[in-house]
Amino acid sequence: MSTDVNVKMDAIPGLDPNAMPLQVKDLHVEFRTRNGIAHAVNGVSFDLQPGETRAILGESGCGKSVTAQAIMGILDTPPGFVTGGEILYRGVDLLKLPEAQRRKVRANKIAMIFQDALSALNPVFTVGFQLGELFRKHRGMSRKDAKARSIELLDLVKIPAARQRVNEYPHQFSGGMRQRVMIAMALALDPEVLIADEPTTALDVTVQAQIMALLAELQRERNMSLVLITHDMGVVADVADRISVMYAGRVIEEAPVNDIYASPAHPYTKGLLESIPRLDLKGQELSAIKGLPPVLTNIPRGCAFNPRCRYAQDVCRHDPPVPLYQVSSARTAACHFWKEVKGDE
Amino acid sequence: MSDYVLETRDLVKHFPLSQGIVFKKQVGAVRAVDGINLQLRRGETLGIVGESGCGKSTLARMLVGLETPTSGDLFVQGKNMAKMGGAERRRGRRNIQLVMQDPYTSLNPRMTVGDIVGEPFEVHTDVLPRDKRRARVQELLALVGLNPDHINRYPHQFSGGQRQRIGIARALALNPEIILCDEPVSALDVSIQAQVINLLEKLQDELGLSYIFIAHDLSVVRHIADRVAVMYLGKVVEIGTEDEIYENPTHPYTQALLSAVPVPDPRLRGLRDQIVLTGDVPSPANPPSGCRFRTRCWKAQDICAEKEPVLEPQAKSPHPSACHFAEVRDVVHAAE
Repeated sequence: MSTDVNVKMDAIPGLDPNAMPLQVKDLHVEFRTRNGIAHAVNGVSFDLQPGETRAILGESGCGKSVTAQAIMGILDTPPGFVTGGEILYRGVDLLKLPEAQRRKVRANKIAMIFQDALSALNPVFTVGFQLGELFRKHRGMSRKDAKARSIELLDLVKIPAARQRVNEYPHQFSGGMRQRVMIAMALALDPEVLIADEPTTALDVTVQAQIMALLAELQRERNMSLVLITHDMGVVADVADRISVMYAGRVIEEAPVNDIYASPAHPYTKGLLESIPRLDLKGQELSAIKGLPPVLTNIPRGCAFNPRCRYAQDVCRHDPPVPLYQVSSARTAACHFWKEVKGDE
Repeated sequence: MSDYVLETRDLVKHFPLSQGIVFKKQVGAVRAVDGINLQLRRGETLGIVGESGCGKSTLARMLVGLETPTSGDLFVQGKNMAKMGGAERRRGRRNIQLVMQDPYTSLNPRMTVGDIVGEPFEVHTDVLPRDKRRARVQELLALVGLNPDHINRYPHQFSGGQRQRIGIARALALNPEIILCDEPVSALDVSIQAQVINLLEKLQDELGLSYIFIAHDLSVVRHIADRVAVMYLGKVVEIGTEDEIYENPTHPYTQALLSAVPVPDPRLRGLRDQIVLTGDVPSPANPPSGCRFRTRCWKAQDICAEKEPVLEPQAKSPHPSACHFAEVRDVVHAAE
């Protein structure tokens, strides 16, 4: 799909078409709450090549969704504040852009799919109106043209009878169909980067398979970069190129997908892999990670994982593993004892 | 006494659909559960899997007596629950207890943990004299791995995994033989999920419990279940041991379901047999004629619309499979 009205991206100074579509450097986000400051994101860095799929893996409260919200510029402020770091789109720091220019990046260049499609869609407008809104606001199209484009989009995401369904309301769609509408909406303006925050968590497995297949196909066609935020290690193994594992607001391991599953270099990653039952293996012992994830207003000193870690020594209780250890040329881990963790496979 | 601790015969639940405000008339029914025959043996774990809307939660509610069956019989320890009088039924219900899905909404926020876990004794007053209850509650808390001194705390002071342990302690209070777990770990994070699964397994060993384990996560069910029943639109389409269902599935729906589950091993990417189903589950108010899966099935022939397949062993399926063309297909492992 070509863009009809040229959005004046040149208006953004310093844009370098050869730079990476997305690069996050040392991002810090905190929430100022009544119970103190919650350190949700504490120095997250990753980059994204064109056409690449980067998975951000972690459990609830690890800061993965907050990172996505910060990239999109949709963080609730207050209580959430970006307190440091850079978010570079093609070399331009989005955090330093005025809101009017940032708006041109949002949905146009970097778009997002949310987990719960029913609450992300407006129940009192038709699906066609909500899709068309993108073309009307961002591209200045007429209502008629916008609707025609909406139908094209619904066709693209394989919603049957798009011409009729464009006039229906979100509640008339099934869960899987709603998620397709979300994908259509995210792809409307042909973005270079798509951020998918738990896109299939609320769906049944057979529908999940349909949606992931659709996403992969659209990504391939458009050479789009994908940031997949999820807690599902199965989905990640199926689609990701590179993985960043997050814990207590930090990336604790970063590696190509095969390396991480074959020989995790952080005890948390290793623990996660050992604690999930597998469909194709029977009767394996599940070794649970003991304890609970930390409260973000009170993250443990030293390495945040040390109270739950079976490798923890005194050094872990005092010195945070910063900067990350270089495990190999393509991977890093935030553990003083990564050699032991990786070694005793 | 029968060999089974729990047995259902043709269990049916239809929810009527009515039209009109003053003069209501029934215009149809949502056939949520439509003829289920299950047997649960002592000490065994029976897994029930299926997608949302297949009737697995309605089935669970009938088994614990929260929903009255439209027709069919439920036997607990050989006794027909429907034929029991009030007092006897109350007594019978003690034997089958429920662990609910959502640990955040299934515990009353205004009650202390001690009150929550002790409430079954308030309902069934003859089980334990009043002065022994507090000690028993503390014993139960210790059994599920919680600190007995936390008896006066409130649910919000606990994490999700700990709350699920409270739910389990409550279910254990009356010394039931059967525990029905309705999606007990689906609301929990993966690292916590394993803790709860391990606890359930430990309790089964120690107390000789029988479990009915309802879940949509097929990997979890494989891990914990001895036998597995697969449900689709209110019916069981295939049932067998964990090995039969996962290694040699014969019903097309089971095969599609299993092939859709991602395996956490990137080396298997693209090597497994992938079946992507088209379309959505039909409405249970108006299920397709004959085989209910035929509208989404790649094997469907004319006979599938005319004749409903029976859940029994077929020519190419040694275990019961409700398909005219049942045949083994490995969808779990990588090809070659």
